Amino acid sequence: MNRFVPNCRTLRDRMLTEIGVKRVEDLFTPVPEKVRMRGLLNLPPAMSEMELVREYARLAKSNTSHELVCFRGAGSYDHFIPAAVDSILTRSEFFTAYTPYQAEVSQGTLQAIFEYQTMIARLCGTEAANAGMYDGASATAEAALMAMRVTGVNRVLVAGSLNPSYREVIETYLVPGGFQINEIPFGPDGLLDPGAVRTLIQGGAAAMVVQSPNYFGLVENIALASETARANNALLVVVADPISLGVIQAPGALGADIVVGDGQPLGIPMGFGGPYAGFLATSTAHLRKMPGRIIGRTEDRAGNTGYVMTLQTREQHIRREKATSNICTNQALMALANAVYLSLTGEAGFREIARQCHHKAHYLEAGLVKAGARRIFSAPFVREFALRLPGDAFEFEDRLLSAGFLPGLPVPGLGNDAMLFAVTEKRTREEMDAFIGAFSKACGEVR
Amino acid sequence: MSRIDEGIRYTESHEWVKKDGEDYIMGITDHAQHEMGEIVMVELPAQGAQAVRGEALGAIEAVKTAEDFYAPLDGKVVKVNGELDGNPGLVNEDPYGEGWLVVIRAVDPAQYDELLSPDQYRTLAGE
Amino acid sequence: MEKTLFAISCPGRIGVSLPECDVPETEIPNDLARTGEIGLPQVTEGQVMRHFVRLSNRNYNIEKGIYPLGSCTMKYNPRLHEALARIPGLAALHPLSPDHTVQGTLELMHALGTCLCEITGFSGVTLQPAAGAQGEFTGLMLIRSAHLAAGEPGRDKVLMPDSAHGTNPATSTMAGMKVVPVKSNDHGMVDVEDVKAKVGPDTAALMLTNPNTLGLFDSNILEITEAVHRAGGLNYMDGANMNAMLGVARPGDMGFDVCHLNLHKTFSTPHGGGGPGSGPVCCNERLEPYLPNPVVVKNNDGYALSGMGNTSFGRLMAFHGNVGVLYRAYAYIMTLGAAGLREVTEGAVVNANYLKARLRGHYPVPFDNGPCMHEFVAGGPEMAGLGLKTLDVAKRLLDYGFHAPTVYFPLIVKEALMMEPTETETMESIDEFAEALIAIAREAREKPHLLTDAPVNTPVLRLDEVKAAKELVVVEPREES
Repeated sequence: MNRFVPNCRTLRDRMLTEIGVKRVEDLFTPVPEKVRMRGLLNLPPAMSEMELVREYARLAKSNTSHELVCFRGAGSYDHFIPAAVDSILTRSEFFTAYTPYQAEVSQGTLQAIFEYQTMIARLCGTEAANAGMYDGASATAEAALMAMRVTGVNRVLVAGSLNPSYREVIETYLVPGGFQINEIPFGPDGLLDPGAVRTLIQGGAAAMVVQSPNYFGLVENIALASETARANNALLVVVADPISLGVIQAPGALGADIVVGDGQPLGIPMGFGGPYAGFLATSTAHLRKMPGRIIGRTEDRAGNTGYVMTLQTREQHIRREKATSNICTNQALMALANAVYLSLTGEAGFREIARQCHHKAHYLEAGLVKAGARRIFSAPFVREFALRLPGDAFEFEDRLLSAGFLPGLPVPGLGNDAMLFAVTEKRTREEMDAFIGAFSKACGEVR
Repeated sequence: MSRIDEGIRYTESHEWVKKDGEDYIMGITDHAQHEMGEIVMVELPAQGAQAVRGEALGAIEAVKTAEDFYAPLDGKVVKVNGELDGNPGLVNEDPYGEGWLVVIRAVDPAQYDELLSPDQYRTLAGE
Repeated sequence: MEKTLFAISCPGRIGVSLPECDVPETEIPNDLARTGEIGLPQVTEGQVMRHFVRLSNRNYNIEKGIYPLGSCTMKYNPRLHEALARIPGLAALHPLSPDHTVQGTLELMHALGTCLCEITGFSGVTLQPAAGAQGEFTGLMLIRSAHLAAGEPGRDKVLMPDSAHGTNPATSTMAGMKVVPVKSNDHGMVDVEDVKAKVGPDTAALMLTNPNTLGLFDSNILEITEAVHRAGGLNYMDGANMNAMLGVARPGDMGFDVCHLNLHKTFSTPHGGGGPGSGPVCCNERLEPYLPNPVVVKNNDGYALSGMGNTSFGRLMAFHGNVGVLYRAYAYIMTLGAAGLREVTEGAVVNANYLKARLRGHYPVPFDNGPCMHEFVAGGPEMAGLGLKTLDVAKRLLDYGFHAPTVYFPLIVKEALMMEPTETETMESIDEFAEALIAIAREAREKPHLLTDAPVNTPVLRLDEVKAAKELVVVEPREES
């Protein structure tokens, strides 16, 4: 017996008697002899709780990345997480609950997600938001599919300045349906080339997918993109870093039809890439074409306020092959983390965090430029920026890793010498000065 | 017992069709709206859309079910019931009247005669 | 009723303390700057804690009692795993860290992948899919890639029994394929003759949940998968019900080419109120070259994330999947080992059959022609004669302090109640649950209003879903100012 299986031999025998069989094996008679396993699976020997703690400590010790001072972003960011966030997430009432199918005993999850939807919609400047997607990349791909349902057009335009992983996910999701994807090039300033947009969109498009701040950290002209999209009956999908929305205008307010992104910066650890939570915000008019769950407010029989999953006829368990998506399990607990984080930081705290990211990123950029890096793009940025280094970016990476830093990400797409840096409120001036110092030293070494 | 009106025709997918001059008004039957329960949304085709016999023209949604409705005749959608946008419950309250869905201008009036008679539909619906 | 955070918000309150900005400020260009309020709550840390704790009290969860949702496998979520996944050396890793700085995590992912391959009888694995539905998509994309590579783009039909989960047909559509329904026979299993009649040169795949959604192991499985193979199609197993098969039978030995697993079902990772899950996909050698990028490989320098090259069908997530969930699932497998996993399955199957036996005579059980696996379905047309309506039974169970089973699924059983107690329930807790169901059946005859009025002992009464769908309030309206 093991600590997860409670019915010992005596009890089991009583149960088998009630069932009307003699041995456990009798219950497996429907499994044909030919496929029934004879011996045991070939797995490593079982470990006690104590041994497992030791084993995980060993594995954690083989990792070193977490000890490095992080200047890397590109979709995952090293923000501070207030203790209260995890304190809520570790309440078993939240983390061991199932999807809220029985609404009367799931009001906790349902109301929390309703509040999450509200916060995300307000952040994005849209009328509504759903209960969350897997991550930012899949949310972006689903937004493109949604735009094609709304418009009936099977072609999307994707900004060349979109995170390349997101781009890959869009292709994976869109290609089997026979949909066409065309790339919009970016200009020398790192922003969408408006002329190219106007030309490309003439072939008809369901959507333009634009990231802002884009992969290089630069703030795109969303109002202009929206105008062009609207004039050509296309929707504008904006991929946004939620932290940036504390300092720059909300895409929804500038005319974006769907705003998506990854909630990781909002109270979710980097965790080697997941679990995160994608968000998807849009206007009320498009709700019925939207993928994923959505929570609505209603009343019970006595007129008390309550919450339920609504518009379920879009979803796979009812609409089957005609569903707006196959998504079922999403990332609810991570959406809860977003909601708790945004409540704690609140209006003032959230904006201050975003401002500090902005100020610190600019401080670091100036310092690195002074130490020998060159700016690649001229457009304004929020908290990520790309620089050209005086040498091979991977060589710089090696040296800075040895100095105790996780430096920016080499971006071969911009050349062998390009690196993309990110700064969060967690970085101190001292850390940045030390990093600039190490970079300066590396400049002398890398040829 | 749900209502099955005389003087109109029916489909196996629970639509009714009524001849109105050279046009045909259609909706879903009383039996169908009963089966679905309270209707919360009707998705109608665009005016001018092509209707292809047997193919989905739009959809009707209750809370836990959604069903397509199908074109009973080949033709063109010349009118849709805009009232249903704000008041989808009309399909429940008055399926053969205020709750009509679309008007089709048929290309082949003979197709109308091939639809089910009230008696045939009664048998089909088990009423 | 619990007021929303927006309703208790008061200007000036804050729930965090931040350091002073220690660098000079840089102005944000005026034309870009966000002006006006965002509308986030303004509350203290204490208020936030109280709010969410009070909300949590309005939830049912696995630690309150049995959670018998069929096909959902709501088993106990070990506490140790929560602690392990939060070790900073495992949780605080940037996903784009160089391989040599994340060797521990890559080693774990590699080891987990190896275990999953052994459990399923396959050779290839991706840990990237975020949930079962994305796993299904992965599986069909592998199959699609194999057919395209073989020069057979015309294979775009997926055979699927009428008892399939809704995700199966929805996934087929996303993968650009069309569903061909296959009939179930009188025993609730796939009609082999119907499969044979429907396979052909346009068959991409058969998609099958085994044991199926009635909790029945398809005894003809070899004949079915062989028929599909003979026609040039491939076999996909939906692993939602793998809890019935650990160490008992392996999809790879049954003629399947690929399957997904739900770590948040079979391998005890918590459901989180709807996610995160994780849906790794295991496949045979033929499909391996098409796996999504990247995969974890072992080489002379240790472990590395590596691209599959241009044969891969693409990428599903920005990074490497729900790694935090993988940490928990690996701990589960390592705790149990081969013998323990077999005990899990035996326990799950005994518990389900025991519950079924306890309910016999009180509830109709269609297709009851032998043992079930880890779950079974009660219901059917006889429910009406007993005065039982599934929705009312489910709501009344809430009054008894239990969660309800899965209701109205699978679609092939009228008034279905799909029950899966899982191995972590004690005989006593199953008895209590069975007795509640039996009492409800009696109430249905004697005091039916108790069912139609239910639930009454819950934080809210039965909710008006029509109003929710018609009026659509999905965000808190902004206060008029």
